[in-house]
Amino acid sequence: MSAITPGADRDPADVVAAPFRADDAQTIFERSHPGRRAFVAPALDVPERPLDELLAPEMRRDRPPQLPEVSEPEIVRHYNRLSKRNFDLDTGFYPLGSCTMKHNPKLHERVAALPGHAKLHPLQRPEHAQGALELMWRLQEALGEIAGLPAVSLQPSAGSHGELAGVLLTRAYHEDLGRCPSKVLTPDTAHGTNPATVTMAGYEVVKVGTDEHGNVDLDDLRAKASDDIACLMLTNPSTLGLFEPNISEIAAIVHDVGATLYYDGANLNAIMGICRPGDMGFDIVHFNLHKSFTQPHGGGGPGAGPIAVSARIEPFLPRPVVVRRSAGGDGHRGDGAGTVFDLDVDRPKSIGRLRGFHGNYGVFVRSYAYIRSLGATGLRDVSETAVLNANYLLARLREADAAKYLPVAYDRLCMHEFVLSGAPMKRELKIRTLDLAKRLLDCGVHPPTVYFPLLVDEALLLEPTETETKETLDRFAEIVAALLREAAEDPEVARRAPYSTPVRRLDEAAAARRPVLRQAL
Amino acid sequence: MTRYTAATDADREAMLGAIGVASIEDLFADIPSELRLDGPLALDRERSEQEVCAELRALAARNASTEDELSFLGGGMYDHYVPALIDSILQRSEFLTPYTPYQPEVSQGGLQAMFEYQTAICELTGLPVSNASVYEGPSAVAAAGYVARHDNRRRRFVVSRGVHPHARETLRTHAHAWGMEVVEAPIHEGRTALPELDEDCSAVIVAQPNFLGAVEDLAALARAAHEVGALCIAACDPLPLALLRTPGECGVDIAVGEGQTLSNRLDFGGPSFGFFSTTEALVRRIPGRIAGETRDLEGRRGFVLTLQTREQHIRRERATSNICTSQALNALAGVIYLSWLGRRGITELVELMVQRTAYARERLEAIDGITAVHREPVVREFAVALQCSAERVIARCQAMGVNPGYPLGADYPEHPDALLVAITEQRSRADIDRLVEVLGDAVAGELRASAARVGV
Amino acid sequence: MANASYPDDLLYHPEHDWARVDGEEATLGITWYAQDSLGEVVFFDPPKVGAQVSKDAAYTEVESVKAVSDVISPLSGEIVAVNETLGDSPETINDDPYGDGWLVRITVADPSEQEALLDAAAYEATLD
Repeated sequence: MSAITPGADRDPADVVAAPFRADDAQTIFERSHPGRRAFVAPALDVPERPLDELLAPEMRRDRPPQLPEVSEPEIVRHYNRLSKRNFDLDTGFYPLGSCTMKHNPKLHERVAALPGHAKLHPLQRPEHAQGALELMWRLQEALGEIAGLPAVSLQPSAGSHGELAGVLLTRAYHEDLGRCPSKVLTPDTAHGTNPATVTMAGYEVVKVGTDEHGNVDLDDLRAKASDDIACLMLTNPSTLGLFEPNISEIAAIVHDVGATLYYDGANLNAIMGICRPGDMGFDIVHFNLHKSFTQPHGGGGPGAGPIAVSARIEPFLPRPVVVRRSAGGDGHRGDGAGTVFDLDVDRPKSIGRLRGFHGNYGVFVRSYAYIRSLGATGLRDVSETAVLNANYLLARLREADAAKYLPVAYDRLCMHEFVLSGAPMKRELKIRTLDLAKRLLDCGVHPPTVYFPLLVDEALLLEPTETETKETLDRFAEIVAALLREAAEDPEVARRAPYSTPVRRLDEAAAARRPVLRQAL
Repeated sequence: MTRYTAATDADREAMLGAIGVASIEDLFADIPSELRLDGPLALDRERSEQEVCAELRALAARNASTEDELSFLGGGMYDHYVPALIDSILQRSEFLTPYTPYQPEVSQGGLQAMFEYQTAICELTGLPVSNASVYEGPSAVAAAGYVARHDNRRRRFVVSRGVHPHARETLRTHAHAWGMEVVEAPIHEGRTALPELDEDCSAVIVAQPNFLGAVEDLAALARAAHEVGALCIAACDPLPLALLRTPGECGVDIAVGEGQTLSNRLDFGGPSFGFFSTTEALVRRIPGRIAGETRDLEGRRGFVLTLQTREQHIRRERATSNICTSQALNALAGVIYLSWLGRRGITELVELMVQRTAYARERLEAIDGITAVHREPVVREFAVALQCSAERVIARCQAMGVNPGYPLGADYPEHPDALLVAITEQRSRADIDRLVEVLGDAVAGELRASAARVGV
Repeated sequence: MANASYPDDLLYHPEHDWARVDGEEATLGITWYAQDSLGEVVFFDPPKVGAQVSKDAAYTEVESVKAVSDVISPLSGEIVAVNETLGDSPETINDDPYGDGWLVRITVADPSEQEALLDAAAYEATLD
């Protein structure tokens, strides 16, 4: 026994020739071993015919796809081990600005998995899918109420897809009036998805500037507004976390030239139940159900990006639209109150489909459960608390060193998120925003969004969300202060961080120069 | 306070004090008062978890799922068996709850899974490059069209009528904004019959197998596209690719498709994922995330998002796509499923479907009043024509607990009473025999009824 | 190249590009400042030989991991050679921006355009 007892200064695993290590990045393909299997096919229970008769040899591939050959226990262990190399929201604070990393209620997973939802085929006839259609209709109604707009399509698959829908709707609206403007305005603070969407929808981007308070530069907007402008895409609160106080004037300028006003809903979490895009003059709104309405993010989706629109845009909504009709006594399984729900495809002015079927229904189930759970007062409480938490964290970060090295970019009350500039930190402490972010990883915290918005030098965008406690925010502020002190003593520590993560800083340049995008088999 | 928030009255007081304002109201001072709501939203009251659970159960109960009837529905999404380990792994919070992997040091699990996924998709399609997922099948076709548009700046898509009707419509929605036209190529005896192509053609878009179930001659279609300098885009069902000549071998430039069949739930149509794979030549035009392998500063293997200069957050108005949030969790299910099936298993599974589908096709086509729509080889789905109203036949079958398939009439007026029937591995011979019995009775009943109506 | 350097024998464009004129041809590249601002260069999109370039207009892109930069031509002309080695090792643009990291060679269409370009001292003064 004593022969394998490691010394006090040694890692116990060091004495083993090939220990099982958490830093082992073996792929599932490398675990493959000829002859192993997890799958056993159901028995062939029909008369077997020669395969060549059913699919001629020249139609078939020469060799099967080289998928891994692994047993079930190996698969489970592989992916469990992989999972432990991820940081996740259920484990720790995730103040990733613009992403609204709020708690994902566990109830939602349970109800989304109910066979009546999860095993419902999308081509099931409407009379046999009344529960699903009613849920979608109710979600449409709720989102329309939250946005202050009369009509909703749930179809878009994510926020950027909702943006595309919105700009295509804008195009259809103008064409219907016999107009063909060629440009769309986006502020210089916009999410990258906005200008990318504009191009994808066949328009040219014109940037609008930001004034010294962080608001849209009204003079610049007036100068650029013309009858060649189809739309202004705006996020409000903006990506700087600031509510645009001149929104009514902006709406007037945009509407005066016949353009539509588009609301990027990424920051809706700040204003639910407090004010509404429709009341501000927006014609089209997209929602990020995976942000404001808490679909778990899945490491990069799925989400959903429903859109709400004003009456003048409604005729152009993507097909089909979920509608409620009065029952015709034809045996439909309606809600028992004389109404049935249906998919309306007969929409002659529709821009058409943006995708298959009806949208990301599994996401709708979760977001509907969320809205039902919270109700009107709860949603308002969500936004109030999100704004309270953000301003509190900002106040804590304005104390002492943090204010000196990481000043807030615009010195006013923020909404649900705020932007700090790491420029003084870079200048004085010789560490960049990226270094601070990497050092935060060692502290069990996910870093904020970095280097966005582009307008702010060395930007950090922090969004704590409403589901974090005061203690978490306090702890985070203390960690930032401690890291700044550490950098003042020895900037090299942050520059080489992280240390405690499954891997350390990765060579992204090498990955991009000579891309290895799949395993060689 | 809600059940998901934690700010008590005492917390609020302390926090407002630290901020230096008197009330929550004051935090919203930037919002002009005339824009503030003066009352609550017209939504219902807050509800307990138990009440919401009950409500969602009640809604679920008003849907006829594949557990409630014997379903032969397909048409783009299929009732395959989802192994238990998928649910178990996908519900791990480390996969379920992180954001897109912007910090690779703490996202190695997700990034490596993307890399494995890309490898598996390349194996299925026979193409060298795959991204980490797009939204779903039909929009993936449009995304491929956008690549073609940028690649050759031509003005026309030629799309087979064998491509999913939703994909064709989605392509048209996009093409209109790009100032491009969409021309449909007809189906002749089951397969795509290409019109004369010219140098205005940006891409030829086909499906494998096509919407009527038939296996297309992809190589011939790709050749025809290349002869006029156009790209060939194939919308593929990933499971049949285990058996069929790969898009890569056939010269296809971009293979996309709907990933639902790879262990994603039906979910009334989503979320699932779309896959997108292509040639080296087009790698810098790919939409969406791509994971790549690299090393950390200690020389350890690791994975990062790479070729990011294509993407909206960097290239903005010149990005290859606007896509941001995609379908990472759904694609993870896909790669776990492909590992579960394995090299031999995937072939066995698809061969089983081919055998059972052939059996079902033969039995159904033998019924009086049912004929073949085409005689081309199929994998898991085929179309039959009914000599009576498909709508009424389906209603009769559903009353007997059998959903016999998808009526093609609305999408294919040329096949007004045809039925698309899908046979996944979950439909046994006994199930098929039951379909034969119920559908046979329904057709016979309907033929008698219509004969009575016209007074024959 | 670790430290800033602006050789005297080059002509500079304020968009951080240089030209080395040699008779009727000129070699073009990006300055030390440009490559330093971009960070590690990972991709150079080679333009085609025979393509026309115009003074003050973009003729290609260089990319780092998280940025894309247009490359502006200091002079007008036709591309007669492209630095093919950058395809495999774009990092040469960082390592040797004025030597092996050159981008293209062009014929000089209008020698008078050179008058509008800056010498090293004048260019360096624009960087402050």
